[in-house]
Amino acid sequence: MQITNRKRIVALGVLATLTLAGCSTTAGGDTAAADCAPADGKVELTFTSWIPGIEDVVDIWNEKNPDIQVTVQTGPNGNGGTYKNFFNQLSAGNAPDLGQIEYDALPNFRVQDGLENIAACEGVLDSKDQFIDWTWNQVTFGEDEAVYAVPQDTGPMALYYRADLFEAAGIPVPTTWDEYAAAAVTIREQGGYITNFPQNDVNWFAGLVWQAGGQWFSNDGDAWDVTLESDESVKVADYWQGLIEDDLVSKVPAWTDEWNNAYNTGSDWTWISAVWGANSISSGAPDTAGNWAVAPMPQWNAGENAAGNWGGSSTAVLKGSDHPYEAAQFALWLNTDPEALTALNQGANLYPATKEGLKLPVLADGVEFYGDQPIYDVFAEAAAQTNPDFVWGPTMTQTYADVADGFGGVLGGSGTLAEALKTGQSKTIQALEAAAIPVKK
Amino acid sequence: MTTVQTKGPREKLASRTAAMIIMGVSTLYFLVPIWWLFISSTKDRADFGSTAGLWFADFNLFENIGALAAYNDGVYFRWMLNSILYAGAGALLGTLFAAMAGYALAKYHFPGREIVFNVVLGGVLVPATALALPLFLIFSQFNATNTFWSVFLPSLVSPFGVYLARIFAAASVPDELLEAARLDGSGEIRTFFTVSRRLMTPALVTIFLFQFVAIWNNFFLPLIMLRDQEFFPVTLGLYAWNTQVNQIPEIRTLVIVGAFLSIIPLIIAFLSLQRFWRGGLGAGSVK
Repeated sequence: MQITNRKRIVALGVLATLTLAGCSTTAGGDTAAADCAPADGKVELTFTSWIPGIEDVVDIWNEKNPDIQVTVQTGPNGNGGTYKNFFNQLSAGNAPDLGQIEYDALPNFRVQDGLENIAACEGVLDSKDQFIDWTWNQVTFGEDEAVYAVPQDTGPMALYYRADLFEAAGIPVPTTWDEYAAAAVTIREQGGYITNFPQNDVNWFAGLVWQAGGQWFSNDGDAWDVTLESDESVKVADYWQGLIEDDLVSKVPAWTDEWNNAYNTGSDWTWISAVWGANSISSGAPDTAGNWAVAPMPQWNAGENAAGNWGGSSTAVLKGSDHPYEAAQFALWLNTDPEALTALNQGANLYPATKEGLKLPVLADGVEFYGDQPIYDVFAEAAAQTNPDFVWGPTMTQTYADVADGFGGVLGGSGTLAEALKTGQSKTIQALEAAAIPVKK
Repeated sequence: MTTVQTKGPREKLASRTAAMIIMGVSTLYFLVPIWWLFISSTKDRADFGSTAGLWFADFNLFENIGALAAYNDGVYFRWMLNSILYAGAGALLGTLFAAMAGYALAKYHFPGREIVFNVVLGGVLVPATALALPLFLIFSQFNATNTFWSVFLPSLVSPFGVYLARIFAAASVPDELLEAARLDGSGEIRTFFTVSRRLMTPALVTIFLFQFVAIWNNFFLPLIMLRDQEFFPVTLGLYAWNTQVNQIPEIRTLVIVGAFLSIIPLIIAFLSLQRFWRGGLGAGSVK
């Protein structure tokens, strides 16, 4: 009961500022950018992240900044337990100073008042122009004088395809979704599948909706609007529904051996995926080295240039940190400094969220697995073509689970993707109402 | 243990066959995953995805173990040591406490004895998972989360062990023997350690094994309590790695070979303590 009340108050607090943000710079209540002054003397910070090898990157910082020493703490990935831990720690008052939070989880932390507003900290607001537009909107929630995290990495999407098979079959690389569907038919005639429809990667599907110009959530300052059934969303659902019904895509659960094998043996020909997927293919389908290539995502209308995004995280300063100034300085360095970005890319395949970061030397070279194509050029373009206004909701875990249930039904032969979205829509509204978060009817 | 003895009543062929089939199927059911795990940990990454799951490809077990030992400065073996420490020391002390408590409840008459016992019995019904979050909040009060003790101390408590120890002490430690010890001038504590503990050994081994396995497999408490990977038990460490597989596919091999190695201590504990356990169950049944 107590928790519910607290949530309600915070939710209203958020909404109050969102309303105010539209017309003035006044920020009220808990969202006011607190004073952000450096501390005297040596500061020790804790930083929880599940990025493999993050310790080595932090060591670079620690060496250069003897007065701001950062200790890395780790754990499973966010939805694997670290987010729950953050919330437990926030209520116990012992959260780490900094935490890794994916974009789709940020609104949940914001609504539950788990994030420190670091807008007043030196250099934070000025860094806006360094970041890719859409990432900045993710960490500010469109509020003025507010920054709740520093963007870390992104997952711009493109089309991975088997260049050798496409050429042998005489199929041109699809530039529109219509061409993609036509190619699917030809590939099916040859015994393959153009790609796989994953039941559980609902955020992948959201990336496709993102590309189509749709979104699943918005917040007008008074209430959350849930639009899983928007026209764009249904358009994407109907498109894939058609491919599934005509048996043009395989239905293997993603991230399994079976799925890897489908790519490794050349049974699946393409994958529309994020930049980090490059590594998934090269490790899951090692026998196909040199045969892959990357092209921009197919478009809904010929001549358009829109891309989606799948994944990415931010570095947030968690509520209750004693040293938001130092924490913000570290977060800025970690996510903008070329040395840090290079180390993050090499150690964990993170793709930077800064405009300059996309021009890193490590991202300029051709990649052997992809026939020496400089594939990151394609993703750099995609990053710039991603709709900046996309908004995640505060209950994404639940939304993903409910939509995935529906997708599972479709792959099992019952229902449609559009119906799955419809169910996801109503369950999400229920979940928001249960958490006392205002919803627009 | 359904070895058919020659002098026992003859079973019908049909029921015997049925029993064998059921046992065969269960054996298969329990062993196939372990077999798969063993086979998979001998494969390199390419073979893992592309060869049959239940038979060998190139034998790379030692290369994989080498990679496991090298990754992240060999943090995996640190986790194994942690697990052995949490489970070994925790089970040892937990068994001692459970034995003392159960023995006291069985052999001494004091007011409120049944109430205490019933409360302990109630504790058996509360799953450890449900206690993890309250424990976290309590430890937070003392700034003791993310320490060795935050996982070790809660592991010392075993209501089921107390229950088992009481039942067993009541059945296997005769009051006359305690009387004789007292007459000979032995103090209560000395009697417990020299006489009663020996009589209770089969039950203690059982409690130890249960407790060892429970702590070894306890995942939720460390997940909530710990943030520094130097304190992680192997279960949590492997789980954390497994959640990174999408990002760093190379880790998959390490998770598999790590999971395989992590069951070895359990197998050793079971095989070496098994005969005590059987003796214990047998002693109870003859009575």
